[in-house]
Amino acid sequence: MYEHDVLIVGAGLAGLRAALESIDAGKNTAMISKVHPVRSHSGAAQGGINAALTDRGDDWKDHALSTIKGSDYLADQHAVEIMCQEAGENLIELENMGVIFSRNEEGKLGTRRFGGQTVARTFFVGAITGSAMLHVLYEQTVKKQAKVYEEWFVTKLIIEDGECRGVIAMDMHTGKLEIIKAKSVILATGGAGRIFEPSTNALICTGDGLALAYNAGASLMDMEMIQYHPTGLAGNGILLSEGARGEGAYLLNSEGERFMEDYAPEYLELASRDVVSRSEQTEIDAGRGVDGCVLLDCRHLGREKIEERLGYLQEVATEFRGIDLAEQPIPVKPTMHYIMGGIKTDESGRTNIPGLYAAGECANVSVHGGNRLGANSLLDTIVFGRRSARAAIEYVSTVKTLSKNKTELNNETKRIESLVNRTNGERSATLRNEMGVSMTEGIGVYRDADSISMAKNKIVDLIKRYPNTAIDNKGKVFNTDLIFNLELGYMLDVALTMCIGAEERKESRGAHFRTDMTERDDKNWLKHTNVKKKNGEPIFYTSDVTITNWKPEIRKY
Amino acid sequence: MVQTAKKTVQITIKRQDPEIDGNKPYFQDYNVEVEDWFTVLDVLIKIREEIDGTLSLRCACRASICGSCAMRVNGQAKLVCKTKLSSVEKDNKILVEPVGNMPVITDLTADFKPFWDKFNAVDPYLRPGSEAPEAEYIAPNEDMVHLVGVMNCIMCGCCVSDCTVLEVKDNFLGPAALAKSYRFIADPRDNTENERLEKLLDDGGIWDCTRCMQCVEVCPKDVDPMSRIMAMRSNSLNKNMNKSYGARHANAFTSLIKSSGVLNETLLILKTKGFFNIIELIKLLPLAISAQLAGKRPPFLSHSIKNKDKLKKIFKKLENK
Ligand SMILES: Cc1cc2nc3c(=O)[nH]c(=O)nc-3n(C[C@H](O)[C@H](O)[C@H](O)COP(=O)(O)OP(=O)(O)OC[C@H]3O[C@@H](n4cnc5c(N)ncnc54)[C@H](O)[C@@H]3O)c2cc1C
Ligand code: SF4
Ligand code: SF4
Ligand code: FES
Repeated sequence: MYEHDVLIVGAGLAGLRAALESIDAGKNTAMISKVHPVRSHSGAAQGGINAALTDRGDDWKDHALSTIKGSDYLADQHAVEIMCQEAGENLIELENMGVIFSRNEEGKLGTRRFGGQTVARTFFVGAITGSAMLHVLYEQTVKKQAKVYEEWFVTKLIIEDGECRGVIAMDMHTGKLEIIKAKSVILATGGAGRIFEPSTNALICTGDGLALAYNAGASLMDMEMIQYHPTGLAGNGILLSEGARGEGAYLLNSEGERFMEDYAPEYLELASRDVVSRSEQTEIDAGRGVDGCVLLDCRHLGREKIEERLGYLQEVATEFRGIDLAEQPIPVKPTMHYIMGGIKTDESGRTNIPGLYAAGECANVSVHGGNRLGANSLLDTIVFGRRSARAAIEYVSTVKTLSKNKTELNNETKRIESLVNRTNGERSATLRNEMGVSMTEGIGVYRDADSISMAKNKIVDLIKRYPNTAIDNKGKVFNTDLIFNLELGYMLDVALTMCIGAEERKESRGAHFRTDMTERDDKNWLKHTNVKKKNGEPIFYTSDVTITNWKPEIRKY
Repeated sequence: MVQTAKKTVQITIKRQDPEIDGNKPYFQDYNVEVEDWFTVLDVLIKIREEIDGTLSLRCACRASICGSCAMRVNGQAKLVCKTKLSSVEKDNKILVEPVGNMPVITDLTADFKPFWDKFNAVDPYLRPGSEAPEAEYIAPNEDMVHLVGVMNCIMCGCCVSDCTVLEVKDNFLGPAALAKSYRFIADPRDNTENERLEKLLDDGGIWDCTRCMQCVEVCPKDVDPMSRIMAMRSNSLNKNMNKSYGARHANAFTSLIKSSGVLNETLLILKTKGFFNIIELIKLLPLAISAQLAGKRPPFLSHSIKNKDKLKKIFKKLENK
């Protein structure tokens, strides 16, 4: 019998932070994760985490303004205020837990400057910030003897009388499905980058939580807002952190010009990511690229700085491309990186399904709106991981009984068995590649009605073909073939909601830049797009953006 | 940008499945068309996606940061996502096996339970002394930068896979857990340095390492576990924690090897690679003991990996006797 008060799906930064909060409150808590917690994709974050430390004279309101401007005014401002206000306290807590943040001459926390901001308020650990945070939070859960269902894969949420009462999950070591009952469930399943090809995301970022929530009746919001990172490595899309530009690296075109001077004279390379990515794409499209890329130039930073502060980047550059950053510029291009959209929640992680919460990249609070600032996502995971746990803890005390469900497990077991037993179908990888290529083409840095409808038609076609895919591996033990197939199903569901969002938003805002409608339209589209499943079909609706202190202005960098 | 010089490579994979033939390992060959920029992981993924979906392996980040993909390539532990195919194939052939010193679940997927048990055993979390300060702890940047070197560890298990002591001695905490321990011992914010060190003097702790350098050589993140272990030894001696544990331990280890069968079995398993290290290991024991008895420090300075050739010669000599 598996029963908990608070069950957290995902053990990346958002999941671990939520777990610590719930354990500290004395609740029967468990995490469930398809990979060991430290393998979670949070570990890949390199650059840093933002916080305005007010005791040193920084102003959280300035951080909030940068975030809101960065979001192209699509963020809900009350949520941004909460995030920026709580940032300092959360950061210090992380330091106290053991994160080895870089220091200044006085031995206090040191900073670097990140894109879209005027002040240096990004705290970091070399070029391994995410990993250093992830390992420390994991250490804390070890200290507190947290329960982790490690290498268990969630296939379904249990919804009873409209409330979330647990999950069905597969123990990957035995292949057996089990029901894990819980009074509340927090989804912290991370991003969905693998819907696109290439992407900076890990192979495990397949949007599972988004699809689980969507299929259970939750709304997915602003799914068309896809962030393309300006400095993905050409080829397989491995990320070179914004930290490089934060330390002063240049972007050059084939003529050797710092082209950002033309697009963002004030912020240059450190303008918002959507702006920099579009500028790069424009240069490349105008024939001033180098084999479809632009160049990231770190040479003037000097070897010492590169090695101390950008060590991991140097490792990637040398290992994967044979390039020494101190000697040579490296080719980069806009690469799918992050989803601003996600499961619609309030500022405490509540979804529209009682008992179901979401935090981290899979959630949309919304603090990133149309475009996320670098180093704001780690902050989002920590602040809202903690807040969602607090809300869940409160809710748990109102729940009297656990799930009595008997049929769901049986149905789910049958569904998976029939999938495994299918023979002679298409391979999952074939469909996934078709999806990845069409989504990058259709919902790219630039998009228009035609490209969007091309991508949507493709996804609709793939959704039809998906039930006829078959897998080779019929075994039970660590069947990664089966997991991939299930993940593909999730990705197709999520991809469709992205296409619908892109189709419906008839303007350009943030990362959603339509060449057929190039202007931002505050009159009609200062709104969130939402997609929700009803009777098996997606339905679309809009909802209002919360504006508190900052009226929408023209966005210039 | 990406060149497309294709060729065909033969990948031999050590496989096993608890549901088939009593989990008996076997070797399977795949001929795969590859591009010249492929990593070993790219090839394995290609096999799984296009040729044979039954192949089970872990991978996530593709960028040497998640620590999922440690395997043995041509007998040596590597992160396969960080290993260019061209750097390891010989005559268009490579051999891929699961990591060593851990049980196998199936195919290339190893059971990391023993690895994490040892991680847990070193109290892997900061233990500051007093109440947390109002704001951050004040600490010199040099110390933090130094610790980044150890925090670079992604718990991939390459070092554990190829550690020569772990091949013969199960209860050795091993390079990864010990490096983790060092991470707290060297942290100015941790207040339990002595307690941690004391614990590591026990059987299975810092005195078990034979300085074979395997962990240094295979670590994909330059964590250098051996130097961390040596630093802790030095640290413990400076604190007069030399109650001859080291010597006692070295003795225990000698007798372990001498005891019937163990050495022979080991030698069989180790084949060529580990072999030299065992010789080296035995060679070091008297040194460690005499140094201990004389109240001196054992030789901390690491010998260079280049000495391998010299060791080979010593081994030849021994063999010819
Ligand atoms: C290369 C890269 C660099 C980045 N750099 C930065 C940066 O410098 N600063 C910044 O602020 N942000 C950065 N980001 C973004 C940031 O890292 C992520 O948005 C954030 O870490 C997501 O954390 P998370 O906890 O929401 O999810 P993750 O860390 O992705 O965790 C998801 C968890 O869910 C589990 N899970 C998923 N599906 C299932 C399932 N079906 N069953 C069971 N478990 C499941 C996984 O096992 C995992 O534990 C970067 C992102 C990338 C890709
Ligand atoms: S140096 Fe020590 S810890 Fe490292 S592999 Fe050799 S025996 Fe193991
Ligand atoms: S020390 Fe190196 S080899 Fe060992 S687990 Fe850490 S990163 Fe891997
Ligand atoms: S796949 Fe993450 S380290 Fe290799």
